[in-house]
Amino acid sequence: MGKPEALPSRTKAPRGEAQRAALPKAPTGISGLDEITLGGLPRGRPTLVCGAAGCGKTLLAMEFLLRGAEQFGEHGVFMAFEETEQDLVQNVRSLGFDLDKMIAENKISVDYVRVERTEIEETGEYDLEGLFLRLGLAIDAVGAKRVVLDTLETLFGGFTNQALLRSELRRLFRWLKDKGVTAIITGERGEGQLTRQGLEEYVSDCVILLDHRVREQVSTRRLRIVKYRGSTHGTNEYPFLIDENGIHVLPLTSLQLNHGASTERISSGIPQLDSMLGGEGYYRGSSVLVSGTAGTGKTSLSAHFANATCARGERCLYLAFEESPAQLVRNMKSIGVDLSPWIKKGLLRLEASRPTLLGIEAHLAVIHKMVNEFQPQVVLLDPISNLSAAGSGAEAEAMLLRLIDFLKSRQITAMFVHLTSGGSNWEKTDVGVSSLIDTWILLRDIELAGERNRGIYVLKSRGMKHSNQIREFLITPEGIRLEEVYVGPEGVLTGSMRAAQEDREKAAAMARAQEIERKQRELARKRAALEAQIAALRAEFEAVAEESKVVTEQDRAREQQLSENRNAAAIRRGADAAKRNRK
Amino acid sequence: MSARNPHNPEKWELRLYTAGQTPKSLAAIKNLKKVCEEHLAGRYEIEVIDLLKNPRLAKDDQIVAIPTLVRKLPDPVRKIIGDLSDTERALVGLQLRQQS
Repeated sequence: MGKPEALPSRTKAPRGEAQRAALPKAPTGISGLDEITLGGLPRGRPTLVCGAAGCGKTLLAMEFLLRGAEQFGEHGVFMAFEETEQDLVQNVRSLGFDLDKMIAENKISVDYVRVERTEIEETGEYDLEGLFLRLGLAIDAVGAKRVVLDTLETLFGGFTNQALLRSELRRLFRWLKDKGVTAIITGERGEGQLTRQGLEEYVSDCVILLDHRVREQVSTRRLRIVKYRGSTHGTNEYPFLIDENGIHVLPLTSLQLNHGASTERISSGIPQLDSMLGGEGYYRGSSVLVSGTAGTGKTSLSAHFANATCARGERCLYLAFEESPAQLVRNMKSIGVDLSPWIKKGLLRLEASRPTLLGIEAHLAVIHKMVNEFQPQVVLLDPISNLSAAGSGAEAEAMLLRLIDFLKSRQITAMFVHLTSGGSNWEKTDVGVSSLIDTWILLRDIELAGERNRGIYVLKSRGMKHSNQIREFLITPEGIRLEEVYVGPEGVLTGSMRAAQEDREKAAAMARAQEIERKQRELARKRAALEAQIAALRAEFEAVAEESKVVTEQDRAREQQLSENRNAAAIRRGADAAKRNRK
Repeated sequence: MSARNPHNPEKWELRLYTAGQTPKSLAAIKNLKKVCEEHLAGRYEIEVIDLLKNPRLAKDDQIVAIPTLVRKLPDPVRKIIGDLSDTERALVGLQLRQQS
């Protein structure tokens, strides 16, 4: 993680900012802790870190010193009452720190203070000036700005004069404050109080409580800031984990609904599914839930999405809780999705772990850390239902809520695979996250005519027009293919019934085509007949017209003949011209 | 009453760590000398170390409380803290008397 100042303050921002200016803080450099404390521990003051044995007190204190020296140029002194220098060096080496080197470079000084009751006889008055001298010398030797006292309470085991011890402790804390060093004092958790010896009485500026709980055989580490005088801070219990890079605290307070909403769409990897989702696929940064019973192709569907993501050149984090990476790659190859090149290219990261390996919140912390490291555009969790095995239902729900929120705030598209237990309501998840989900794809088996086939439908998809069809989908060696929909009297037809229906429809179509052809032929014939009739009539008509012309011609010729004959007769009779003309 | 230890006839080497001339330190020196004169006359050696002058020795010799008396010899090393005003306990601590 970078400098804590650069981290977004995810808690109560404005007030925290104002107070941060008022109260100087020393950043711890511990991933997540600076976010919760809004900048680190109170500078120049002691902080009490308490918790039961084995909860990580020493490590937290040590990491504070080491990161201080490494990242912030503040040298430190580690005063150990329980472990020798060699033990400490070895212990932190396994967590990725080279304490030896830091000591050699004079950045850190380790002083092992051995207090053994059996070797000590008390005879009258004394004080702990020796401790002060040693501490003062060590601070001066490395120019320390940070001091760790681990675990101061050992002193109570070594000395009998409790009253004296308490007054000396009070003096010690005052002295540390005067020195202006930022100190961490660790204390063992006591009955009914934070520490066995009531150290919180002396260290009143900042108290951090670490906890290591085991529930149903699963352990979770948690951190809580009990008090932080003069500063706001996250008040929840935050899960943390210890891995090869030290401590990672998971800030969980960001539960505001203010993440951005992208309008960009990304493909699901299955063209037909994209078309069911308004033709373009999922929204970037949305949460997709794929639920279904066993063997309905949930993992295949998510593998397609992973494949499509990597094909776009984006990074994809695939968290598998059921299959090992090798098994997943092999199985997906059998359906035509080859994930191995993406893994080689570094675009796909397959992480498999048993859900019960960690507590539910530790899982969240691990995911958080992996997302921060890998910076993926898409995160897949397969399946989330197994996570509920790592915690109670309410816990799993809370964790998923946080996870969804976290991923959304990063604009990471998330796909959650959920295994619905057989017989339960389809449209319900055991972990009640459905209301948080943007796109919910339901896979189900459809039993029909002695066959079990797979059906897919989009139960909801916020902000887009999506198909309401139940479609059958096939897992073929070339990948997932969604079939056309055939609805029969009993619902969607699937499998061989769909094939039969397809055949029937094909036959019917052929019959229809033949019928049309036949009708067309008949019509053509009729038309031809009519045309012939028309031609005959026309011929008849023409004949009649011809005849009528001939008759007229003859008639006119006869008339002329008659007239000529009359004239000739008149001339013969000698009739007058007028009479002839009148005519 | 003074049970001199017959098994330790050799020399006693004692080292007293103090921090400056505090009343407690001065009392411790005074009390130590008294005890030694009474029980180890002639065969003891006291070295007083002022940690204000030699602070490094506090770490090397694992000193936490002041004043601390360390019995370097005879073996085993014993540590006695306080101003030695409780003579009985001082004697027990130095193993000059069995714990009653």
